[in-house]
Amino acid sequence: MEYVNPEGLRLDGRRPMEMRQIRAEIGSVAKADGSALFEMGNTKVIAAVYGPREVQNRSQQISDKALVRCEYSMANFSTGDRMRKPKGDRRSTEISLVIRQTMEACIMTHLMPRSQIDIFVQVLQADGGTRSACINAATLALADAGIPLRDLVTSCSAGYLNSTPLLDLNYVEDSAGGPDVTVGFLPKLDKVTLLQMDSKLSIDLFENVMQLAIEGCKAVANYIREILLENTKQLEYRRGL
Amino acid sequence: MLHSKTFVKKTRGGKVNKQVREHYLRDDIYCGAPICKVCDSSAARLSPSASTILIVDTNVVLHQIDLLENPAIDDVVMLSIVLEEVKNKNMAVYNRVRALCSNSMRRFFVFANEHHKDTFVKEMNKESKNDRNDRAIRVAAQWYQNHLGGAARVLLITNDRENKRKAIEEGISAETIESYVKSLDQPNLLDLLVQPASEDVNMEEVEDLRPSKRKVIYAEHKPMSEITSGLHRGIYHQGKLRVNRYNPFEAYVGSESIGDEIIIYGRANMNRAFDGDIVAVELLPQDQWYEEKSLSIADEEDGEEDVHLVPNSADDAPRTTNVVQGSAGDAKIMSSRPSGFVVGIIKRNWHAYCGSLEPMPLPAGSGGTAHALFVSKDRRIPKIRIQTRQLENLLDKRIIVVVDSWDHLSRYPSGHYVRTIGEIGDRDTESEVVLIENDINSRPFSSQVLACLPSLPWSVSSEDLANPIRQDLRHLRVFSVDPPGCKDIDDALHCITLPNGNFEVGVHIADVTNFVLPGTPLDDEATQRGTSVYLVERRIDMLPKPLTEDICSLRADVERLAFSVIWEMTSEAEIISKRYTKSVIKSSAAMSYIEAQARMDDSRLMDPLTTDLRNMNTLAKIMRLKRIERGALTLASAEVKFQIDTETHDPLDIGMYQIREANQMVEEFMLAANVSVAEKILKHFPVISLLRRHPSPTREMLEPLLRTAAAVGLNLDVSSSKALADSLDHAVGDDPYFNKLIRILATRCMTQAVYFCSGDLSPQEYHHYGLAAPLYTHFTSPIRRYADVIVHRLLAASLEIQKLPSIFQDQPQLTSIADNLNYRHRNAQMASRASVELHTLIYFRKRPTDTEARIVKIRANGFIVFVPKYGIEGPVHLAPRSEKGSGEWFVDEQQQKIKKMDGSLSFSVLQTIRIHMEVVEPQPNRPKLQLTLI
Ligand SMILES: [Zn+2]
Repeated sequence: MEYVNPEGLRLDGRRPMEMRQIRAEIGSVAKADGSALFEMGNTKVIAAVYGPREVQNRSQQISDKALVRCEYSMANFSTGDRMRKPKGDRRSTEISLVIRQTMEACIMTHLMPRSQIDIFVQVLQADGGTRSACINAATLALADAGIPLRDLVTSCSAGYLNSTPLLDLNYVEDSAGGPDVTVGFLPKLDKVTLLQMDSKLSIDLFENVMQLAIEGCKAVANYIREILLENTKQLEYRRGL
Repeated sequence: MLHSKTFVKKTRGGKVNKQVREHYLRDDIYCGAPICKVCDSSAARLSPSASTILIVDTNVVLHQIDLLENPAIDDVVMLSIVLEEVKNKNMAVYNRVRALCSNSMRRFFVFANEHHKDTFVKEMNKESKNDRNDRAIRVAAQWYQNHLGGAARVLLITNDRENKRKAIEEGISAETIESYVKSLDQPNLLDLLVQPASEDVNMEEVEDLRPSKRKVIYAEHKPMSEITSGLHRGIYHQGKLRVNRYNPFEAYVGSESIGDEIIIYGRANMNRAFDGDIVAVELLPQDQWYEEKSLSIADEEDGEEDVHLVPNSADDAPRTTNVVQGSAGDAKIMSSRPSGFVVGIIKRNWHAYCGSLEPMPLPAGSGGTAHALFVSKDRRIPKIRIQTRQLENLLDKRIIVVVDSWDHLSRYPSGHYVRTIGEIGDRDTESEVVLIENDINSRPFSSQVLACLPSLPWSVSSEDLANPIRQDLRHLRVFSVDPPGCKDIDDALHCITLPNGNFEVGVHIADVTNFVLPGTPLDDEATQRGTSVYLVERRIDMLPKPLTEDICSLRADVERLAFSVIWEMTSEAEIISKRYTKSVIKSSAAMSYIEAQARMDDSRLMDPLTTDLRNMNTLAKIMRLKRIERGALTLASAEVKFQIDTETHDPLDIGMYQIREANQMVEEFMLAANVSVAEKILKHFPVISLLRRHPSPTREMLEPLLRTAAAVGLNLDVSSSKALADSLDHAVGDDPYFNKLIRILATRCMTQAVYFCSGDLSPQEYHHYGLAAPLYTHFTSPIRRYADVIVHRLLAASLEIQKLPSIFQDQPQLTSIADNLNYRHRNAQMASRASVELHTLIYFRKRPTDTEARIVKIRANGFIVFVPKYGIEGPVHLAPRSEKGSGEWFVDEQQQKIKKMDGSLSFSVLQTIRIHMEVVEPQPNRPKLQLTLI
């Protein structure tokens, strides 16, 4: 299968190093303390954050830092005709864990001891790269909730098909079964906080692909910063400042 | 790097279940014309002086690819929508167009119209996909016209009347391919044109004079939907059609649904299927399974068998269902095999064919269009009708023709002329035909490939010597033994007597992978070529000459890099230890087999080299004996050797290839090295090792051997390879050649060994029947076989001295590499055989000869004889062919005898007869070797 044609275009018309169109919206869930909608191409994810608030289950309370919980789910309609997996399957449990660990690493939990932060992410439409979209959405929602963060953690994936590193795989490219690297990245601190890979890749190629994913993360971070800035400006405006 | 704001996101639905895909439109797709002032012209492919830029539609590409490949057609814009449609319809044509687009000599430019913001068109309401695509092509043509302004004429080439009309309405210049080619004023191009179906009526003229001209000759193919449902319900069976190389009226379809081969007899049942087509077959009722057989023989018109080389394996030999007709016992045997007929063709395997036109008188008014029948050299291919304006020129030429269509009303498929190779009978022409027929790439290596070679003169560097993975073995007395005149020496040996009385024996193989690095153009080229091809007068190398004859060749008295397998062996040739290492060696002698043999035989010589040779020979003899005890078959082949005139390249003499002890000695150690390496790599890489297996022959395959043996009163036990080997040993007749003859007959019953990827089969299937080895691979000839290159990389990785290339992580790709190697290997052998056959013909052209021959098979009208001296076999006719199967001769199937009715003469199988060999020309320009009884 030809995923990149000799003219250097991918199936959807992107070049190998290009990301899909990204779009974000803050405050989609009014009831939550913070929320955001994040789109990477046709992948659409919504995140809502509650907290910091009192720990619901006292036994889980941690005396010197906040408890971070995360629940990931896929809307039943998110994949169209593809088989729906029951809630709480291994894949969702794993992704919940991945998101929780990634977010926990950038939340300044020590500032909020004995409290709890809940992150809910739901995939509304899946077209590859859901993991990355979830992390990006969660970051925006956390920022919207005003939770102190070390840095804005962002995520992007990159793969390797037809001997070409490709940024931000969509569902078709993802289904090719080639190597697929997902990176979570702290752009200010220049640190990788999440690194996952499917399939195998030789070490030098891997470095290329990972570097590409990091570039993707940086681009997402720039965009998220713009969105937040825009949002802040609007808040200022509403306050009449 | 981020998506730019100018992209507009569009989605499109489709199919039964809605699938949403993003489709980005861009503003950075350029027109490819250097004259353009707006676009980035760094990647421009069209010529700066182009006056006309062609835009072709899908059907033009699909049908006129031969024309497009002609350099007269250039400055073509290939739209991505056209490429996409071509790809969906015909992968072979797609690959050819792609090759054109990437060929730097040609001016073909791919314009991604589907992703250009101005040329993308959305499907309109109620518009069919085809209409939408045609519109997209017109929009793109219009865009080009506006974009380039008056700088160049943009011409849309389409044979679709509706599309052309709309284009002209929209102000786009459009023409049919015929009128465009005519406007070029190059009559030769017209031959390349595929004739549109409307001209079919004219082409009927070439049909023979049957009472009703447009009579239905073949059943109509079932529509695809019916085939699909038929396959689903088990009425039809799908499989690849294989035409019998020796009887083009008989074909086989290997069907998974039946688990057996379905036999298709006769052209009517084959229903226009070509060899290699994927077809749907319906079974005939069981009571008709045999009847069809006699039909096929009645149908036979040109089933003449030519004199050919003695087959080396079952793959070369005629299929054995071709039993002598007229004997009663056959009906039952035949009816056990399902036979059927083709109801539809799922995928065509049409490609270019080499051959010549059937001799015919020139039509009265020369210069006009003539219809002719093309006869392929490949006998499995039916005759093909073509139209030509240069008949006079083509009659004595070898030409290439491709098939365009085959209507159920016409007896033969129609096609068109592509190019001329040269004169029939001319050695160079015929050699090229051999290469083309066997899909062998004999083009010189490209500059990119040559750029991968180290610079000359090359010598072992101090880094090589200092490299810790490389052992310095220059102190060893290494030598090589090869055929005389061998320049690509890929193996050398050494042998030392150890203080404890054991021997250290080393096999040193040229370290090709040190120079051929994975992923380089050099490596890609070698992967594709797969093997070197040896023709009588030339060699087509897998790797460029500087590597094969110099840098890698383990020549005498120079330091070379090697990959060594070193054993410690007892004097009983028992292997005590093995080790593998990359090394540096310095060969002390490059001997020919004859030289080595002479040294060993000369009892006066006591020098160390000769002692080594003798020690090795003693070990090799023991190893060989052990191998034979395990059940390895010593099969015989009838290889011939030519002496070629250095000036004219014509064969001067011809004779059997003589095998000496020295050959066997080298062979024995190579086998041992291959086995040791196979064990080593499989241990480290259980699923990705490249091994070589030789399947056990089935009883059915051995049937002809058993029948012949039974006729001469010989009972062969074929229950195992050991049993067969033993009974072959015991098959000694009163004449000395008898045993060899039986072995030659046995050899042709076996299939050939094949490469495979170890993960694809279970370990029991790894077995190599002929060598009676549970594991085998190829390690010892990396200069001329790519399989060995792969095995070298695997061995190096198993020693952890080199990384395994990424290709090994992809098992399906490894499997496809193994398949390609088998294909290339097989083709290389076929080409060698064809080349020998060609030279045999040239040799006998001036030398009619009387010689001795052995009958190997009885036929209805004569017999097939084997000529030991020249390694060929062919038919000897007792009666003229017109009286075949009837008249004064009577065949005794049981005893394999043919007798004259009056009992005055009788011939039986394996009998020695004297024959006369002479080249005759029954038709002008069609020389063939004829064997007649004296
Ligand atoms: Zn332009």
